[in-house]
Amino acid sequence: MSTRKPYVRPMAGWWLKNPVYVRYILRESTAVFVGIYAVILLVGLLRLSSGEAAWNNWLIAMQSPGAILFHVVAMGAAVYHSVTWFSVAPKVMPPLMFNGEKVPVAKIVAGQYIFAGIIYLVLLGLILWG
Amino acid sequence: MTSNDKIIEIEVLRYRPEQDEKPFLQSFKVPFTDDQSVLQGVQYIKDYLDGSLSFRWSCRMAICGSCGMMINGVPKLSCKTFLREYYPGKITLEALKHFPIEKDLIIDLSDFINKLESIKPYIIPAAPRTLEQGEYLQTPRQLDRIAQFSSCINCMLCYAACPQYGLKPDYLGPAAITLLHRYNEDNRDAAKAERMQLLNAHEGVWGCTLVGYCSDVCPKDVDPAAAINRNKLNSTMDYFLRFVAPRGGN
Ligand code: SF4
Ligand code: FES
Repeated sequence: MSTRKPYVRPMAGWWLKNPVYVRYILRESTAVFVGIYAVILLVGLLRLSSGEAAWNNWLIAMQSPGAILFHVVAMGAAVYHSVTWFSVAPKVMPPLMFNGEKVPVAKIVAGQYIFAGIIYLVLLGLILWG
Repeated sequence: MTSNDKIIEIEVLRYRPEQDEKPFLQSFKVPFTDDQSVLQGVQYIKDYLDGSLSFRWSCRMAICGSCGMMINGVPKLSCKTFLREYYPGKITLEALKHFPIEKDLIIDLSDFINKLESIKPYIIPAAPRTLEQGEYLQTPRQLDRIAQFSSCINCMLCYAACPQYGLKPDYLGPAAITLLHRYNEDNRDAAKAERMQLLNAHEGVWGCTLVGYCSDVCPKDVDPAAAINRNKLNSTMDYFLRFVAPRGGN
C-alpha cells in the first residue's frame, strides 16, 4: 500500500513573505492612485463643459490641502510605477537589434529615461512659453 | 572534523508522510569549512546526524537541476550555495515552494513534468529529413535567437519563485513557457501553430503578471520572464491574425 501523502503548503499571506513580493504588490497598487487621478481629470472635464462657474469651483476644490496631498501621493505612485516599468520593459519587447548585435538591457533602460526627460522638457516648455 | 571547523546551525523543514500530520522544523549543528556547499551541509546531516533526512541531488556542479530548495526563503541550487555565506547566522531549509512536499526536502514534481511534456519540447520539422539528407541546419545567428532560452536545466527554482503558480497551479509556468518559446523560435521547427494554443490559453502567458522574480532566481540566466512577456505580444498578434488568416498568424 502506498504511504504517499504529499503535503500542500498554504499560500495565505504569501506577499508578505518576501521583499520582492512586497515591492510587486506596491507596484500593482499604484494603479489605484492613477485610476483615481483619471477620475478627477474626467470630473474636471465635465465641470468645464458645464460652464465657467462650475469650472472655477473645480479649480478651487483642486487647491484644497486634501487635493494637493492626494496629488503629491499620486505623483509619487506614478513615478514609482514608471521606474519599475522602465526596468522591466526590456523583458516585454522583442530583442532590439542594432548592427546585428543585441542592444544591452542597460542601454534600453537608459534610453527610456532620456526619452521621458525630453517629453517632460517639451511639455514644460509648452506650459511656460506656449 | 578538525578542531578549527566552524559550526553552523541548519534548520530543516521535515515532513515524513508516514508519521507527520504536517511539516515541522528540526535543527542541526553542522561543522563546515569555507569550501563547503549547503548540499554538503545536508549530506553531513544525513551521514552523521539523522539518516532519515531525504533530499535530491546528483551532479554537485549546478547542471543536473535536482538539488533546488528554499534557502532562507529564497529558491537556490544547494550545490551552488555556500555555507560560509550564511555564517554566523543560521540557515533554514525548506522544500521548493509551490510544490507538494513528498518527503522532507523532496517535492512532487509530476505537475512540472506533465507541463514540460505538454509543450512538446523537441523539434517537429515541417518535412522530416532522411538520413541521407543529413542533419537539420542552423546558422550561428539562428542559434543566437534561442541559445539563452535553451540553457534551462529544469531545476524549477522559477516555479518556486512564482506566486502565480502557487495561487493557480494550472498555470503553465516560467520554464515550460520558456522552452515552448525556445522551440517556437527555432528555425528547424514547424509546430508553432500547435504550441500557440497552449500559450494563448488562460493558463498560458496570460497567467503571468510580471512579478519577474523567476528571472532573478534562475541559476542559468535564462530570463524566463522575458520569454513569457515577449509571447504576450505574440499571443495578441496570433489572436488578431486569426480573424484575417484562418490558421492564426503562422
Ligand atoms: S528557467 Fe532557470 S530557474 Fe527555471 S527551471 Fe530553467 S534553469 Fe531553472
Ligand atoms: S546537484 Fe546537480 S544542480 Fe545541484
